[in-house]
Amino acid sequence: MSKPNPTDRLYSRDHEWVKDNGDGTAIIGITDHAQEMLTDIVFVELPEIGKKVAKSDPVAAVESVKSVSDVYAPVGGEIIDVNKKLEESPELINQDAFGEGWIVKMRLADAGELKTLLSAADYEQLVKEEKH
Amino acid sequence: MELIFEISKPGRNAADVTASDVPAVNIEDAIGKKYLRTDLDLPEVAEVDLVRHYTNLSRRNFGVDLGFYPLGSCTMKYNPKVNENVAVLPGFTGLHPYADDESAQGNLQLMYEMQKYLSNIFGMAEFTLQPAAGAHGELTGIMMIKKYFEKKNEKRPLILIPDTAHGTNPASGALCGFETVTLRSNSEGGVDIDHLMSLMTKDVAGLMLTNPNTLGLFERNIEKVAQIVHGKGGLLYGDGANANAFLGKARPGDLGFDVIQLNLHKTFSTPHGGGGPGSGPVGVCAKLVNYLPVPRIIKTGHSYSWSGKFPDTIGRIRSFYGNFNVVVKAYTYIRSLGAEGLTHATEMAVLNANYIKEKLKPYFDLPYDRVCMHECVFSGKRQVAQNGVHTTDIAKRLIDFGYHPPTIYFPLIVPEAIMIEPTETESKETLDTFCDAMIAIANEAKENPQRVKDAPLTTPVSRLDEVLAARKPDVCWKRS
Amino acid sequence: MDYYPHTPDDIAQMQSVVGIASIDELFADIPQKFRLKSVLDIPAALSEQETIAAMSGIASKNKLPQLTLTGAGAYYHFIPAVVGHIVGRAEFYTAYTPYQAEISQGILQAIYEYQTMIAHLTGTEIANASMYDGASAMAEAAVLCAKMSNRTKIIVARSMHPEYRQVVNTYSWANGYTVVEIPYAPSGQIDLNALQNELDDQVAAVLVQSPNFFGVIEDIVPLTDAAHNKGALLVAGFTDGTSLGILQPAGASGADFVVGEGQSFGNPLNYGGPYLGIFAAREKFMRRIPGRLVGATVDKNGKRGFVLTLQTREQHIRREKATSNICSNEALCALAAGVYLAALGKNLRKLAELNIYKTQYLKNKLLQLKGWKEVFSAPVYNEFVLRCPDARLANEKLKNEGIIGGYELHKDYPELENALLFCATEMVSKDDMDKVVAILK
Repeated sequence: MSKPNPTDRLYSRDHEWVKDNGDGTAIIGITDHAQEMLTDIVFVELPEIGKKVAKSDPVAAVESVKSVSDVYAPVGGEIIDVNKKLEESPELINQDAFGEGWIVKMRLADAGELKTLLSAADYEQLVKEEKH
Repeated sequence: MELIFEISKPGRNAADVTASDVPAVNIEDAIGKKYLRTDLDLPEVAEVDLVRHYTNLSRRNFGVDLGFYPLGSCTMKYNPKVNENVAVLPGFTGLHPYADDESAQGNLQLMYEMQKYLSNIFGMAEFTLQPAAGAHGELTGIMMIKKYFEKKNEKRPLILIPDTAHGTNPASGALCGFETVTLRSNSEGGVDIDHLMSLMTKDVAGLMLTNPNTLGLFERNIEKVAQIVHGKGGLLYGDGANANAFLGKARPGDLGFDVIQLNLHKTFSTPHGGGGPGSGPVGVCAKLVNYLPVPRIIKTGHSYSWSGKFPDTIGRIRSFYGNFNVVVKAYTYIRSLGAEGLTHATEMAVLNANYIKEKLKPYFDLPYDRVCMHECVFSGKRQVAQNGVHTTDIAKRLIDFGYHPPTIYFPLIVPEAIMIEPTETESKETLDTFCDAMIAIANEAKENPQRVKDAPLTTPVSRLDEVLAARKPDVCWKRS
Repeated sequence: MDYYPHTPDDIAQMQSVVGIASIDELFADIPQKFRLKSVLDIPAALSEQETIAAMSGIASKNKLPQLTLTGAGAYYHFIPAVVGHIVGRAEFYTAYTPYQAEISQGILQAIYEYQTMIAHLTGTEIANASMYDGASAMAEAAVLCAKMSNRTKIIVARSMHPEYRQVVNTYSWANGYTVVEIPYAPSGQIDLNALQNELDDQVAAVLVQSPNFFGVIEDIVPLTDAAHNKGALLVAGFTDGTSLGILQPAGASGADFVVGEGQSFGNPLNYGGPYLGIFAAREKFMRRIPGRLVGATVDKNGKRGFVLTLQTREQHIRREKATSNICSNEALCALAAGVYLAALGKNLRKLAELNIYKTQYLKNKLLQLKGWKEVFSAPVYNEFVLRCPDARLANEKLKNEGIIGGYELHKDYPELENALLFCATEMVSKDDMDKVVAILK
């Protein structure tokens, strides 16, 4: 069973979460449901700090033994930090997708884009529908 | 088992070097100190220990000579011994690639005739033997397609690839700068004609089609497919990985394929060598002949020579002339079997695959239930749903019964795929005992699923931790 | 001779299980109009005895030389008996790619050992399980550098093997990259000034060979520095692998990739193939390099074992986003190379020294001939270039005595008219060389 989706953040249809820091920046990761589907994560390809991405651009890649999945930027902006710990310990995403397993921190280009994302409840509904 | 480095002891070696019959020179003077290395840390082992090391390693390896190897799409047929014997004739192994053509007439004749045989078997205008393997052949073929449109001054940035295709297809397209577009399969496992019609525009260079496809099914609409592709000026590329299914029955050239690559190490019985060397000849229709890679063999009267003078060629794709010694074995195979033998081999390969399909149908899901060609594809869905036993578990359990597992989880469109290619060289008895093993495993999955999940139980190592291997890669041994 | 074991009775029984009355029904999906009506137009079947006779007849149409003085990318070396015996074991050569690790530990461990030996020999940290050959390995390295850097210019030394340059050109054309050639200096090494002038922020990689096609040893350190200063990567090849037994490997001089032909390690000349492409790299490129990689791991009982690893780099997972489309490696040739290197061990250095002795002897002898002159001044390994009064005539004289002479460089370098590239390995005796000089007198 996946861990519950925290209500302090927003979700994309591609299974990313966004936590708005309220100061024009946000933290981004993938959901616990996503890490479950990916199975054991063996490598995370992180972007360079300073890179600018538009909404839906690939921002990182998450690899398991037999698959590679792009992580798409749920909102546009500039990468201002990456979770360096993932380089040595990609399993942090498996262990704690909503916390220690965060992937990038962004400065938002347009905070309005947050409005296009899903609430925790809407996201849970989406996951349920995908299962059927 | 210990590594060769771990049995190493300073002062030993398994190969000596002849004493010099010319004066020694001072190496530092001749070369210069800054260009010399200061360390050389290679294993040091006595000959007997070296031989035992590698012989013991070989005992931990499974080949066709040890047992049935029904690895789908890989055509693991028996590798005739006579091929190996003639391939090591000094006349074939001893010649330098830059030996003058006059000294290499035997080799040139063999390659020239091989090109002719392949052209005839596959209905193409001409073949090149240059590519080193199937994927290399694909790259060569796609390069020729690129060149063809370049010469015609047509910009066609896209290439169509069915969802059943082997991963080399989209990768080969991408390596030639094409953007790949995925073409859907229909409910029968063939090309979705409507989808093809909607995708095939003047922006599309061509379609890469494997026929029979990776489900082991012959493309019934092949004529229509070729018409649609050609109708928009595109080219039809044939991945010949599955050519064992139609030798002497139909020819890709007649079916409308403009370019096709083969795998001599599949269809023409040359051994796979644990992953290579292969050989991936490429055949083309008349309008692509000028783009073949160089050099090419020219026959004048009774003599053969190399020529590089073809202004429209895509160029050279590797050094020298291809994996020549692999070609020798495949040529020997064709000469041994002759026309009727090749045709009969195909018939028996297809009969064997259908026999397995019928015998296992009651026990495993068969997503496309129709006559198959040289291989059949099952799904392990039922075993997952009912017993939590996955295809990988079934594959690993087969090892305990003395078989190499089939190809699994491919093609991607079949969940829990089990792809079985028996080839023609297997007897009815072998197929029967294999099917018995598969049925026993299907039963075991119900009665004792844990046993299947723990498999293999009889190998020198049990299931290996692939996650650890990928998280903390250790690809070179380091002295601790 | 054929290899299918079906008796008529077997076929009948199998047909009835499948539910068909004739074999023809199995091919019903092939539209009737395309069904082949005639028998293929290839020769009739041969018995095993006839096959051997036919093949021996073809082989005997080749004229094996008494002596070969051409290297130029393929080298005639002695192969210890153990190599043939090991690669001739059917457990190895009749196996497929080791996708099922539990029953493929033999080839997996042998490749892991090969990777280790190659990484050490080339002065790098990692090596893959092998590529098709030296030339395609060079081209794949160039493509990788361009893809990693998003740059589109490839610099190639003119002193690199002409066929390697042509292959780099082909792969670069297919990918839309530009290739710029850098001339050689009078030393025979790459012209460093010309290289520096050509380096800019669009250059993805600088490709060189050391020893280069002329046998000349390149000074890798300044090349690495020059490339890195402009953010480009240095790919260093080599000609004869045995040179790595004595020469400082490019990896130890800072090269990012070391790629080259591994044929010298236990593989016969075979008229040009199969050979094996060596591909070694700095550790930081491990998740980007093409080709198969074997990694060590443990089984569920903690026992050491080996698997194909980092497969997400490869085409069967990453498909169109893969670095390369390569699938097959040259596993059996790599096995031969591994056995060869393990057999020689530290004797590889002795062998390299012997090659240098022979080369120096031949060069000095030939230089005593009237009108024969050295072309380049930098040190060489086991090949060297001499200019003579008439290169074609010299080779013709040698050919009449069953000797393959030097490689005629004018074929690829119009400026090197009458220049011959000679190679002397351990297979050439003093008597042979004295005879060569006598013939050319």
